[in-house]
Amino acid sequence: MDLESVIKVLNLKVRSGEDKLKTEVRGGYAGDLLSDVMANSKEGDLWITRQVHQNIVAVASLKEHAGIVLVQDSEPAKDTLEKAIKEGIPILVSELSGFEVTARIYNLLKKTD
Amino acid sequence: MDEKPLFDGSFSVVGGGNYDNAGEVSTSIKTILKKMGLPGDVVRKVALVSYEAEINIVSYARKGMIRLRVVSDRIMIEAIDEGQGIPDIELAMQPGWSTANQKTREMGFGAGMGLCNIKSFSDTFHISSEVGKGTHLKIIINTNSSSLQ
Repeated sequence: MDLESVIKVLNLKVRSGEDKLKTEVRGGYAGDLLSDVMANSKEGDLWITRQVHQNIVAVASLKEHAGIVLVQDSEPAKDTLEKAIKEGIPILVSELSGFEVTARIYNLLKKTD
Repeated sequence: MDEKPLFDGSFSVVGGGNYDNAGEVSTSIKTILKKMGLPGDVVRKVALVSYEAEINIVSYARKGMIRLRVVSDRIMIEAIDEGQGIPDIELAMQPGWSTANQKTREMGFGAGMGLCNIKSFSDTFHISSEVGKGTHLKIIINTNSSSLQ
């Protein structure tokens, strides 16, 4: 399932990476501890987090995530957005809690398996 | 190491808890390895190991350096820093053990997984440290030699 479809179904707000919406979303990972995300997430995952500082862009870039979903209407910091635009990393914002958005993304991806 | 390296370069890392550019060295290293055509799983391991080494320097040292050397059958990463050093390496290697301050933890760093992750993803891992001077990591990740021909 591509990122654009996930965005539409979950009503996510796009803050960066508008040109990367055809990226295939292969899975997801929820976590706020960066070492945990570095060790355990995979290429093509949608990373669900409430960390908004600029270092999330390096993590998403290194792991080749499909994008980052910020929960509970958290907005990326100004320098985060600048880095994300520069690196081409989609940052999306959901009004839902981490629990809800993770469950919905999980179910969405399961349906398309 | 007698063989002429395919790549040999060093990257400086700013420490002192300044996270502004944290991750840039490991991103550069990843880009270099991808351009060299190394297999994805090797690039991922090196990216993770470099990242954790870089973040440790940023978080806990005054400054440091990461050296990357690539030869036909392996990649060597050395991280050398000037800083507080590690009083008890065995303790520092325990998952979850961290001396990170509040600010560091709030950002999601300092979970106490860095050194364990480096060790798990390396084929050879060596750490030495001197309190008041700094820490030295030597990491080797083996590659499939056929991928570099």
